[in-house]
Amino acid sequence: MAMGRYFKNLNFSIGLALSTMVVVMALVSLFWTPYSPNTMDAHHRIEAPSLAHPLGTDQYGRDQLSRVMVGAVNSIIVGLMTVAIGMGAGIVLGLTSAWGGRLADEAIMRFSDLLFGFPAVLSAILITAVMGPSAVNAMLAIGIFYIPVFARLTRASALTIKGLDYISAARAAGQEEVAIIRRHVLPNILSPLIIQATVQFAVAILAEAGLSYLGLGTQPPHPSWGRMLNEAQTFMELAPWMAVFPGMAIAWTVLGFNLLGDGLRDILDPRLR
Amino acid sequence: MSDALLDIRGLSVHFHTPEGVGRAVESVSLSIAPGETLGLVGESGCGKSVTTLAVVGLVPSPPGRIVAGEIRFQGRDLLKADPESLRRIRGREIGMIFQEPMTALNPVLTIGRQVAEPLVAHLGMSRSEALKKAARWLDRVRIPSAASRLGAYPHELSGGMRQRVMIAMAMICRPRLLVADEPTTALDVTLQRQILSLMAELKTELDTAMLLITHDLGVVAQTAGRVAVMYAGRVVECAGVRPLFAEPLHPYTQGLLQSMPRLGAGRGRLHEIPGTVPAATDPIGGCPFAGRCPSAFDRCRRDDPVLETVRQKRQVSCWLYDPSKQEADP
Repeated sequence: MAMGRYFKNLNFSIGLALSTMVVVMALVSLFWTPYSPNTMDAHHRIEAPSLAHPLGTDQYGRDQLSRVMVGAVNSIIVGLMTVAIGMGAGIVLGLTSAWGGRLADEAIMRFSDLLFGFPAVLSAILITAVMGPSAVNAMLAIGIFYIPVFARLTRASALTIKGLDYISAARAAGQEEVAIIRRHVLPNILSPLIIQATVQFAVAILAEAGLSYLGLGTQPPHPSWGRMLNEAQTFMELAPWMAVFPGMAIAWTVLGFNLLGDGLRDILDPRLR
Repeated sequence: MSDALLDIRGLSVHFHTPEGVGRAVESVSLSIAPGETLGLVGESGCGKSVTTLAVVGLVPSPPGRIVAGEIRFQGRDLLKADPESLRRIRGREIGMIFQEPMTALNPVLTIGRQVAEPLVAHLGMSRSEALKKAARWLDRVRIPSAASRLGAYPHELSGGMRQRVMIAMAMICRPRLLVADEPTTALDVTLQRQILSLMAELKTELDTAMLLITHDLGVVAQTAGRVAVMYAGRVVECAGVRPLFAEPLHPYTQGLLQSMPRLGAGRGRLHEIPGTVPAATDPIGGCPFAGRCPSAFDRCRRDDPVLETVRQKRQVSCWLYDPSKQEADP
């Protein structure tokens, strides 16, 4: 059926497979992990991968596989929350910008420029430095920087829809503006937004790993891939597996969602077909 | 005419562009009686569409602005109405059909929902009730197996079918006035006929008046009772269909009719009106047609003529028919 078109796209299929594995891993970790991710074991510190510990153990003897699994939950929550913040506020602002007249448009778009003007990581460091390092603040910081991304995309897409005949037709049929936006504009601009969301989802995971690596994101002992990389750094030569596996998890997830986004774009954007 | 359903008086719509003020519509007066069909003809850019957009209050603003005039609908000036009551009139009292059936339907909503929408919005019907009525209307505009089409999306229908859907949408609330902006231009000739006769049929059945915009004189001859000819933002002539086609008064109308290809008229070059339409931003000085008019004289280039009633029930905006010298004329 219609889904066949999706699976013919290699990017989409591979992306979907990779990201599904991450999601499944995260879901499983909610109910079961080989070991408790935060339980230390002094007898098994810095052990290389073995049958008992497939991904080895860290300097406290914690099981790396369990920590990578729980870290996936962390990353997915970060991706979801930041995209929700950015997309939610961005859509509202973008639609206001496209529909609300010149003044609102200028104000919102110049504000977006301002946000865009700062390097995102620098500003995220600023926000977490001011509000205190925590997973929630890291998500807020990343989410806020997504707002202009989605606001611009929403505005641009809404403006192209705004000039189309069926919007005039809806007006001529006496529909209220809010109803026109909800029923005629939003559903028609959804596909670029969804594509953007999958891409930003991947970027957020990377950004959160970066912040956690710097100690500004998820706080110990809660496992986060970025944090694990940071801790592994000291033992790089002694125990490379401590860095390799969380690093692979990050690369895997980001690649998965990026491919998914690319694939969706190819499929949903008729101009590229 | 006080008993007119729609009475436009001295309507001027200007567009403020970087090139200057474009007088898209200049002192246009028109009226439509209940149940009557008025054809509004003229070439592209003559202001037909802007006039109709003004009627439904959808002139894009900015850059458009209605600078003068009144639009009385059932005795009420629409230009003074607040946006909310205008919205209630649109779709309920005035239905509108657009030129491009391909783009006038939302691609992501089903036909049923779109046809039912005005009923929900204006008559407060429940969705299921509205859908039932929508199915009856799809049947009425002769869409085969109407009930099963409710769940179809616009891309599953042909152009002619979509235009039928548009007609159903515009007529479903039984409006008093139907505004049709080139409803058949995008369709092929056989479909054109079918759509026009469908519109005429529904119009008679519901006793709806119609403002039909077109650049196709054949369409006008087939459907309209009266015709208004627009040129460069003005109405240059307005008359019943028969008298207009039999004896066009304004030199522009004469030129238009002569430019129509006729069956059996033999070979040879088609008549054309020399010159081009003045830009809407050009300053007014005299009759806008003067530069192309074969019968122009001094006064045409000096003074702007106004629409005057000449003979019985005919209006023309041309110095050739100046009432002050009418007695002298044969």
